Amino acid sequence: MSIANTSLARRAWAIRRHALRMAEVQGQGYIGQALGVADVLAVAWFHALSYRLGEPEWEGRDRFLLSIGHYAIALYAAMIEAGVLPEEELETYGMDDSRLPMSGMAAYTPGMEITGGSLGHGLGIAVGMAMGLKRNGNPAFIYNLMSDGELGEGSTWEAAMAAAHHDLDNLIALVDFNNQQADGPSTRMMTAEPLVPKFEAFGWHVQRIDGNDLDAVKAAFDIARSLREPRPRIIICDTTMCKGVPFLETREITHFVRVEADEWAKAVAHLDAEAPV
Amino acid sequence: MTLSRRKSKYEARQPKGGPATSAMIASLDAEGRSTIPAPFGHALVEAAKTDERIVGLTADLSKYTDLYVFAEAFPNRFYQMGMAEQVMISAAAGLAREGFTPFATTYAVFASRRAYDFICMAIAEEELPVKVVCALPGLTTGYGPSHQATEDLAIFRGMPNLTIIDPCDATEIAQATHAIAAHPGPCYMRLLRGQVPDVLGPLGYQFRLGRAQMVRQGGDALIVSSGFMTMRALDAAKRLAAEGIEIGILHSPTIKPLDEATICEEAAKARLVVTAENHSRIGGLGEAVASALMRNGVHPAFRQIALPDEFLDAGALPTLHDQYRISVSAVARQIRGWLA
Repeated sequence: MSIANTSLARRAWAIRRHALRMAEVQGQGYIGQALGVADVLAVAWFHALSYRLGEPEWEGRDRFLLSIGHYAIALYAAMIEAGVLPEEELETYGMDDSRLPMSGMAAYTPGMEITGGSLGHGLGIAVGMAMGLKRNGNPAFIYNLMSDGELGEGSTWEAAMAAAHHDLDNLIALVDFNNQQADGPSTRMMTAEPLVPKFEAFGWHVQRIDGNDLDAVKAAFDIARSLREPRPRIIICDTTMCKGVPFLETREITHFVRVEADEWAKAVAHLDAEAPV
Repeated sequence: MTLSRRKSKYEARQPKGGPATSAMIASLDAEGRSTIPAPFGHALVEAAKTDERIVGLTADLSKYTDLYVFAEAFPNRFYQMGMAEQVMISAAAGLAREGFTPFATTYAVFASRRAYDFICMAIAEEELPVKVVCALPGLTTGYGPSHQATEDLAIFRGMPNLTIIDPCDATEIAQATHAIAAHPGPCYMRLLRGQVPDVLGPLGYQFRLGRAQMVRQGGDALIVSSGFMTMRALDAAKRLAAEGIEIGILHSPTIKPLDEATICEEAAKARLVVTAENHSRIGGLGEAVASALMRNGVHPAFRQIALPDEFLDAGALPTLHDQYRISVSAVARQIRGWLA
């Protein structure tokens, strides 16, 4: 990791820590996904995105869509770290009347652009928002964070065609490829591979990177944003579930990682011991 | 009367002469009335002249939903989304998020059956001002169940936040287009396209969102109807009047939210209430009216004119409308029988 990215490492660490504390409240949560995608979120929220604190609906903001509603814990963690959401609400995660429900919804949470969760919706909405930004002459970007599992939805491919057909160069799709969906490894459920030539054939600019390598993630975001081609961009991020907590990384990985009651504190303690400066 | 679907496909048939199978895009039979071309398309152009938020999207059906009129007038405000209803709806939601009022068109079968989850989650759950406008509602094509949206109202009535309109004729389609463009929430509107009969115009009718209105007075029975069945009811009432039977007609184009107050008020004065709808007997106007009457303690005799709970036959529309008892003569015959 380059010295310049040290602070990004610190942000990613903090995102992981916030997410662990949220999951500890409920004794459950999609912590494997949150730990895995933390580096991508750190680069998004602390390097790439334009936004204004206290103005979640500022016209000029880059729109970050969470298609995968169950990743809400990860986005809450990033937005808490960014100061978009107050840290003291962290302990309300998943509680009745909390602004931080288990699955992300636009009506509940500042900064949550769409209601995700019905998988395969985000990219199509992103297409329409990207069209809308162009109509309004707004130079902002639309980011859509999706999962490898969503590549099984037909609507994802309808949206992929539409984005290229309409030259949506203000649309950046992010795929968290952790190769895990509800019933098992994504590549064994319904493989989307070979993904790079597939998206290229659909007319997209494609990058595939190690999504837990901050230097690579940052470089990919920079390329996607600065590219001067009238094509939508996609960054496929290969990530490791539970990244950053070794005793969870080596556990049998499932969609819903089993964590014992006494292990949350152990996980946080491990993170604290490894805290970047 | 034949039910072709119930016969064996391995036995030869001898079809009788008569009208050929309706083209899928056939205009509704005007039955001697004056017609207005593409009322939705022209009304949308008018609305868009003063409302810059309006944009149009279609899934390869601009021609057959009359959206082509808008596309020709405002090519830069029109999006061809190809044969892809899911992304058309999602993209409409995205455009609405950026401040636009999208009108998205396809056939009613595709919106209700294929795009339901997208209309529900991307539009209705977030109360976005997307207007889903769909041709071929109910039994308005002879192509068979792939294109006959006989259960679209049942499907959509269960969706929270969604306003549902089933307009009668060209005049009402034009008026309702302006009304839903101005309405802040999500709407689903059934559409008659092509040369559309004009029935309510000469009556001085004015559409009001959420309101049912008496379009004919008469004390022997009350028909509560929507869509082109109000046209049928008016024609049937004329025939029955010649026999001394006077039928009142309450036209209820807004299926949701239903104007329960007016329906109950008028039904309380009637000894027979008949609902008439271009839709399956399950989950449409008839059942909505019935439950409103029950909940409000209004208990007239109640009958339903509706399509059966079946996949319907292919054929020519006049044949099918007779066969499934939503033609003028079938409506008159059923009411005559119930009053006897």
